[in-house]
Amino acid sequence: MLWNLPFIAVVLLTAIGISIILLKKNLVKIFMGLNVLTSAVNLFIIAVGYREGGIAPIFTNAPSPVMVMPTPQALCLTSIVIGVATTAVLLAFAMLLYRMYGTNDVEAIRELRG
Amino acid sequence: MIEEFIFTNLPALMVAVPLLAAFVCPLVAQISPAMRKMWVMGSMAITSLLGLLLVMRVYTMGTFVYVFGASTPGLSIPLDSGGIPIRIVFTVDAMSAFMDLIIAIVGFCVILYSLSSDERRTSPQYYYTLFLLLIAAVIGMVSTGDLFNFFVFIEISSLASAGLVAYSVEKGRAVEAGLKYFMVSALGGIFLLFVIGILYGQYDALNIAMIAQRMQFTMLDKIALVLLVAALAAKCGAVPMHFWTPDAYSLAPSSVTAMLVVASQASLYGLFRFTFTMYHLSLNYVTIGWTIIVLGVLSMVIGVTMAIPQKDVKRLMAYHAISQTGYMLLGVGVGLAVLGNETAINSFGTIAMEGGIFHIINHALYKGLLFLTAGAIIYRIGTRDLNRMGGLGHSMKYTMIFFIIGSLAIAGIPPFNGFASKLLIYESVYLFNPFLAIIAMVVSILTLASFVKVFHSIFMGPPLPEFASVREVPLPMLLGMGILATLVILFGVFPQTVVNLIVAPAVHALIDQSGYISAILGGA
Amino acid sequence: MMRMSKIVRTCADLMYPFVVIFGWYVIMHGHLTPGGGFQGGAVVATGAALVIVAYSYQEITSMLKKAVLMVQESTGLLLFIGAGLGGMVLGFPFFFNWLANSGSLFGMSVPYGPNPGELNTAGFLPLMNIAVGIEVWGGLTLVILYLLSGLEKGEA
Repeated sequence: MLWNLPFIAVVLLTAIGISIILLKKNLVKIFMGLNVLTSAVNLFIIAVGYREGGIAPIFTNAPSPVMVMPTPQALCLTSIVIGVATTAVLLAFAMLLYRMYGTNDVEAIRELRG
Repeated sequence: MIEEFIFTNLPALMVAVPLLAAFVCPLVAQISPAMRKMWVMGSMAITSLLGLLLVMRVYTMGTFVYVFGASTPGLSIPLDSGGIPIRIVFTVDAMSAFMDLIIAIVGFCVILYSLSSDERRTSPQYYYTLFLLLIAAVIGMVSTGDLFNFFVFIEISSLASAGLVAYSVEKGRAVEAGLKYFMVSALGGIFLLFVIGILYGQYDALNIAMIAQRMQFTMLDKIALVLLVAALAAKCGAVPMHFWTPDAYSLAPSSVTAMLVVASQASLYGLFRFTFTMYHLSLNYVTIGWTIIVLGVLSMVIGVTMAIPQKDVKRLMAYHAISQTGYMLLGVGVGLAVLGNETAINSFGTIAMEGGIFHIINHALYKGLLFLTAGAIIYRIGTRDLNRMGGLGHSMKYTMIFFIIGSLAIAGIPPFNGFASKLLIYESVYLFNPFLAIIAMVVSILTLASFVKVFHSIFMGPPLPEFASVREVPLPMLLGMGILATLVILFGVFPQTVVNLIVAPAVHALIDQSGYISAILGGA
Repeated sequence: MMRMSKIVRTCADLMYPFVVIFGWYVIMHGHLTPGGGFQGGAVVATGAALVIVAYSYQEITSMLKKAVLMVQESTGLLLFIGAGLGGMVLGFPFFFNWLANSGSLFGMSVPYGPNPGELNTAGFLPLMNIAVGIEVWGGLTLVILYLLSGLEKGEA
């Protein structure tokens, strides 16, 4: 059970993220849901790479030879960097839309249909 | 010396040149606009040239493996790594080279076109930075042999194309389209990252060939496959995840739209690459094949029926793009559905796949041409509403000719290239399931009907007084369209040569999983 | 955008050099300890964000020039690609670590066993960290400035 805790957290975070994206009407809240979802994936990747008793893979003054795999952490880091760029672009879009439509409500921003 | 340097580093240069050009572009633009144009055009010409060299090299000498950061380019498995390809590997096989060819041709024409069509944009240096970044990302997507690298490139392409779609703000409408597109892409990217986590957790590898070799097709792999197909089908604009396509395609600048078509096809390439090379026979190929077929048929039918009532010329073409994506999915899906059946794949499976793959390049050419002609019309008259157009055939003769070529090709009329690939699809799909072939033909007829209507309302009729001052578009735009139109005709007149030269090796590369694995892992 | 009180402004002035120095520490030690170009660059950009919060928009635009930041961003990216191309020029593949164990800049070989960490190792990785650090510093500051200019109507 204890082993699966990170994965349970992943499932919970995914559920929260998806429900925010589907249920909320404010654009900024939707972006927050997207970020929660990204965190869920990052946590998943980190949890996959964990090894029992392992320490962080830093070689300077390492006390123990058992280390966790650094590759998932590198993947996670890359995904965080991409997440920052994504969030910045999305927020810029939200800002422009607010300036044009005067609202951030997704139900009001609906000029493109059909 | 320099020749050897270029030939050993071709795949890396293909990505490095547009990246470098993109980053230098704002600095060069400080000097003068003319310098900026020359810089963008020159770097794109070099990229296309490198692309053509790479294609020739791959088709004559086989798969090109290029390892980043190794001491020699071909050393995919370092001596002390325990048999695991730990570095990022570019694996350019015939299928990747095929996609590179599309990018080289369409990218060159589109940049040439946009030199005139986009000169009035605000801060064009960033426009071209994003544009070159998109080209670099698409080249990376089709060349890479590493799952995570694919994810990074797909995210770069999403970021760049979202910025480009929203570039002309247009009272917020373009931003809305960009937002829709980017939300779908971001969700797709997250799905893809989940897939990477699942596969990495099971097989300790990110290299596609390595994963393919170790693939067990467990329950987790099935979940990964579902997420993968959903993410990539959404990115390539297949029904039911197509809702971003008409918005993004219609509101993006026309040159960007033509490139977005290619970017969607790179996602399609990803879909084919993962199902064929990574999962191959270990997957339940009949079910997945039928899933792709159903996605394809839905895209064809819904795309064309939604296209007919449209009033906006680019929106109409965007729905046709969805419909044409369906043909590719249909052709390759049939190939996937009979993958394990030796007699079926030899009698019609390969031909169906040839049709589907051939349709990719044909679609990129004629759809790019059509979007560019639509852009040329909008460039001159400033509206995209079909009801307000008319009589342009008197003043824009070349554009009209190019439009006729493009629309006959998309409707599958001989001797244009659309006919060649559609015929391959009809013939082979008829042997697989006659009903599907009939749907495909009906969709083709509806496409023709729709384009006859569009042609009539744009070009026919008496010259309208409000368009009296309309002239032909500038020479670079005509040249960009002209190259595409020439290729549309050439591919239609000599289809057998094209299929034998470039399409058949690409199909073979997709089917031949062990060849792909042994190119990297060495005699698997 | 209002400027904050004198206390906040003075604190921001005081903190700014320390934040920047810490950010550069993270960048420079990227090949030895957790951190690296992106994280360090983000820390440095936080320093800029601190100043942006404390002062008014007009004062900020005279302190942090967008044109300079853009050149900085391009320079970082060029340095990164250049470091990658360096290996290619020397006859190795793209992104080959051509400085590692060469004895020159960052060219010491890594000492064996647990050690406090030697800064002068790892070949071109520190160069790439510096490049990414410069780029992220400029890029994130620009992002903040542009998002801020969205609040200021007409100050695009």
